[in-house]
Order: sequence, then C-alpha cells, then structure tokens
Amino acid sequence: MSQNDVRYLTPIAIEIKKDKYCRFKKSGIKFIDYKDANYLLKLVNEQGKILPRRITGTSAKYQKKVGQAVKRARHIALLPYVGDMLK
Amino acid sequence: MNSYETVFILTPVLSDDQAKEAVQKFESEVSSLGGKIKHRESWGLKKLAYPIQKKSTGFYFLMEFEGPGSVVAELELAFKRDERVMRFLTTKMDKHHLAYAEKRRAKLGEKKSASAEA
Repeated sequence: MSQNDVRYLTPIAIEIKKDKYCRFKKSGIKFIDYKDANYLLKLVNEQGKILPRRITGTSAKYQKKVGQAVKRARHIALLPYVGDMLK
Repeated sequence: MNSYETVFILTPVLSDDQAKEAVQKFESEVSSLGGKIKHRESWGLKKLAYPIQKKSTGFYFLMEFEGPGSVVAELELAFKRDERVMRFLTTKMDKHHLAYAEKRRAKLGEKKSASAEA
C-alpha cells in the first residue's frame, strides 16, 4: 500500500440529496389549524420564526396557509412573537 | 350565510361564574343579531405565550357560529367595549375549515364519552 493512501477511521459522510416533498400535499392535509400550537411548532424554528420553504419543502400554496396559521396563533398568544429555545 | 369561528381570551381575574356570564353575554349578542351558534368550547385557564396586559394567563373560549357578516362587526365591537376581553380573533370558515371542525368535534365527543366510561 502506498504512503499517500488516505484512510479514514470512520467512513466519511457523503451527502445524499434527499428529495423534499410537501408534507401537506403528501398526507392530504387541507386545513392547517391555528389552534394546534404543538403542530405549528414543527413549522417554526427555535426562535419562533416561520421556516422557509427552502428547508421544509412545503409547496407555495400551503406555505401561504402556514404563514397565515402561525400568525393567527401568535395573535391569540398560542405561539410567541419572539421566543427562545422553543424546542 | 357564512360560518365564522371566534377565539377570545378573558382576563384571569374573573371567577368562573363571572367568566361564564361574560360568555353568555357574547352568545346572546350573536343570537340577537341573527346568528346561530353551532358549537362552543371552553379551554379553561391557559398560560399565554407572552404577557398581555401584564397577565400571563387567560380563560380561552371558542365559539362557532353561522350568520350574516354584519354579526362579526357587531360582535367585535362588543369585544372591544368589554374590558374583560384581552384578545379576540374571528376567522371566516371555508369548506376545508368546516370539514376540519367537524372532524375535531367528533374527536372531542369521542374523548368525552371515553372518559365518561372510564
């Protein structure tokens, strides 16, 4: 074996592109409930900011509804406007 | 005729009876204006995600009703005039929302009957 051969103790993680999909289209959710704070937590980050489509893979149609639902939940104090360590 | 859903928060300083009376008042407001109440729910004293009027808890109530759009304006005016109400939110229900509400109610009813049996 030549000296230049690089060997790793653990196999290096090769980034596998996972196909993103819209969770609402896939599971047939037609209405996003603003009263269900626990569910909405999946759609925001630890600071309570709405996660972008780029990350969640939500379709444009449902992202609009996500935004609407999160904002309604904030108004009735089910979600904070600014938070920290929500998860 | 449209369907609407209203969530409102009452101040935690009220007693249970006072809270009930306030809810009664808004319900009669809706029915006197030609609305029909289809469903009501009390979530009880809940912690708020952030303080409102320096209070960290509140009585949550949910009301579902049918009626002309003019009911909403009047109801919201009544909410604004009432000091006991800290927050309110009225949403118009589309067909998906209605289907969801139906399912949710069925689920709640199931839970209630299950807990009654147990």
